[in-house]
Amino acid sequence: MSWFRDFFLPMQGTSHAVAVDNLFMFIVFLNIGFFLLIAGLIGVFVLRYRRKSANDRTPNITHHLGLELTWSIIPLLLCLVVFFWGFKDYMTATVAPGDALEISLTGEKWIWTFEYPDGMRSLGELYVPAGKPVKLIMQSKDVLHSFFIPNFRIKMDVLPNRYTEQWFQSNIPGEYQVQCTEYCGKGHSGMNAKIVVMSQTQYEDYLQNGPPNLRTMPLAELGALLYESRGCATCHSLNGVKGQGPTWKGSYGNMRKMTDGRDMMMDENYIRTSILQPQSMVVSGFEGIMPTYQGLLRDREILALIEFIKKQK
Amino acid sequence: MATTSTPVTHHGGHHAAHASFLEDPQHRGLMSWLTTVDHKRIGLMYLWSVLTAFLLGGLFALALRLELLTPKEDFMTAETYNKVFTLHGAVMVFLFIIPAIPAALGNFVLPLMLGAKDVAFPRLNLASYYVYMTGAIMALTAILTGGIDTGWTFYTPYSTTTGGAVTLMTFSVFVLGFSSIFTGINFVATVHKLRAPGMGWFDLPLFVWGTYATAIIQVLATPVLAITLLLLAFERMFQIGIFDAKLGGDPVLFQHFFWFYSHPAVYIMILPGMAIISEIIPTFSKKHIFGYRAIAFSSVAIALISFIVWGHHMFTSGQSQLAAVIFSFLTFLVAIPSGIKVFNWVATMYRGSIALDTPMLYAISFLLLFTIGGLTGIFLGALSVDIHLHDTYFIVAHFHYVMMGGTVIAFLAGVHYWWPKMFGRMYNETWARIGCILVFFGFNITFLNQFAMGAKGMPRRYYSYLDQFQGNHIGSTVGSWVLALGLFIAAGVLLASLRKKYDAPDNPWGSKTMEWETQSPPITHNFPNNPVMQHGPYDYNAPSVRREA
Repeated sequence: MSWFRDFFLPMQGTSHAVAVDNLFMFIVFLNIGFFLLIAGLIGVFVLRYRRKSANDRTPNITHHLGLELTWSIIPLLLCLVVFFWGFKDYMTATVAPGDALEISLTGEKWIWTFEYPDGMRSLGELYVPAGKPVKLIMQSKDVLHSFFIPNFRIKMDVLPNRYTEQWFQSNIPGEYQVQCTEYCGKGHSGMNAKIVVMSQTQYEDYLQNGPPNLRTMPLAELGALLYESRGCATCHSLNGVKGQGPTWKGSYGNMRKMTDGRDMMMDENYIRTSILQPQSMVVSGFEGIMPTYQGLLRDREILALIEFIKKQK
Repeated sequence: MATTSTPVTHHGGHHAAHASFLEDPQHRGLMSWLTTVDHKRIGLMYLWSVLTAFLLGGLFALALRLELLTPKEDFMTAETYNKVFTLHGAVMVFLFIIPAIPAALGNFVLPLMLGAKDVAFPRLNLASYYVYMTGAIMALTAILTGGIDTGWTFYTPYSTTTGGAVTLMTFSVFVLGFSSIFTGINFVATVHKLRAPGMGWFDLPLFVWGTYATAIIQVLATPVLAITLLLLAFERMFQIGIFDAKLGGDPVLFQHFFWFYSHPAVYIMILPGMAIISEIIPTFSKKHIFGYRAIAFSSVAIALISFIVWGHHMFTSGQSQLAAVIFSFLTFLVAIPSGIKVFNWVATMYRGSIALDTPMLYAISFLLLFTIGGLTGIFLGALSVDIHLHDTYFIVAHFHYVMMGGTVIAFLAGVHYWWPKMFGRMYNETWARIGCILVFFGFNITFLNQFAMGAKGMPRRYYSYLDQFQGNHIGSTVGSWVLALGLFIAAGVLLASLRKKYDAPDNPWGSKTMEWETQSPPITHNFPNNPVMQHGPYDYNAPSVRREA
């Protein structure tokens, strides 16, 4: 029956997902059963009791206590089963084990930032070890967001005035999509992230040296990857269209007017400063809303972005 | 056949001895409409107004679906898209669905069903219409002067910090709420005080029970929305810090306030729809409604329980786990009365004499669609499953099955059912049925696709999306075209009938409720003489058995 489940639900990344899916499929069968019952009765009655003439006589049936009780009590009992089942799995999904790896998460328009216990930060990508519970302690810097991992069947709102939590444990290494599910404005649908579940040794290596696949990647290629994964794409287009920030198309090597009246050349130093101290130089016609990437990008990653911008002619 | 004290023998409105309310010689011209206190005229003015809102909200929906044909930008920017989906929701909920059945059809039919000359407070009734129009004009102004991009739910702190005409829009909804309260007060008083002699509570047509339960929710719940929106507006204007965390407020508090109104409001929307179905199924089955008291009491039960389930909109909001568990439990309780009604409607058809005229086709569509809407609610009541489905297209599909597949289809059923009474004309039955069938299939194509992609993880309110969802989005968009075609055909069929002379009999469907005992369309004072209750609203098989008056 797994094809039937796969028809409805995305791939299962955790054992909690398996538990949720079992209840989901139970309700699917309840739904199908009751729908067929009701649609079938309607179909049979319409066919069998079609009006033959305007003078048709019908029996005087007004009520039947036994029937009324039957179709009140049976659905009620089924609903109670579903309630307790959903309640049980909800509690296991809500209460994190005491030995969970705690990672703090910040949502802001329109990027996700993760901070590890050792102070390392990562943007839009969360690397976690397989087989170990991970607890996210979440807060927002601005409006409401919601951190949704479809493959793990969990989500939780991220609030500006208090911490919310959720936890998961995935035993299956791989990449899992994260999407924002609390409406947060223009960039809402682009507020994605990626969770990479890796083996313990890979994870430790990652903590030391950053994502392994990026260390040898050509700069321009790495830049293209960062452009998508680090939230640049939300505000900076590559096709000349003005977004929340200036387009990158044809920007390298040009003179630009700043909001404070200065004229600046778009060179390597300008780009580097824009990334690390975005408020210091804002192109005229735009608002200074870009967050700083200080401590979020390694040197090689900044070089990669500069290389990528150079290529946008 | 005629069972009031009035001898009602004519079988066509055009033979009527009295001029109908539409061309009463004492009430002619535009001013006579604008200053009317006749519940029927106010009902019709509401009808044209809500239909205009429906058209507007529908055009917004078509634009959204068109934009979603591809994952990337097609013809709207993200900002425009966000404004359009907000307006689609706000216009449909506040300007169309909430007033559609009570204020338009209810206004017209309720006093007639009770054998009354008018509602209890005719001038308050007219005032409610003008308050509605004021709110509608404010909403249009808000749309034209900057628009709003908060979603119809106005969640803080986004709504207190974003630009646009949010303050004006919240005042507009505030004003619209008062029109809803006025109508509610009027209906409660009318049902209590203006029933025909001999008409006890359990002789009321179920439409009256449903409208009555709705009116109670309107009166009790709408003030909470008004308070919430005032606080929101003050927050925006004066930064008082109730909801905005930066000012020391709590954004989740807004959600509690908002859903404390808006969950009962879901029942303000669906109960009148159920009430219409409870009239149409007995009429077209020519049979007594099954389980009259069960249906009547379940309306009241729904009205009461609806006040204590609001937290099920907030399972992922950060509210306490204990609260979530209690709300989940109560949510399953509110499902039961709705289920009882569906079984009662189906049982009414058993051994009936079923005629598939357009109103009955819509009623059967309602049964199927509302059943899907209700059953898919079980997924969302279950805590663990809801966490996965919350704020995805599964939710969008679920509430469209209830609000559109339920309420709007019931509204269309009611419009087709009472059209001959309201306008004295029969419409083209064949084309009306074609419209109904297109609406049914178009609706299912549109929203079954949304269930599918929602369960797979497609979030709602997304302007662009992952490529894997495009197949379902294309399906949904194509479905919306079929749905729109069906609705335009239905509108064309009804409007075309208005060009004819009066040809509707007093009681074209052979119904037993009292509104069919006067002429079509009725005279200004509804009945030539005060009618007296002589048989129950569903006494189909024993017309000769008369009750003691």
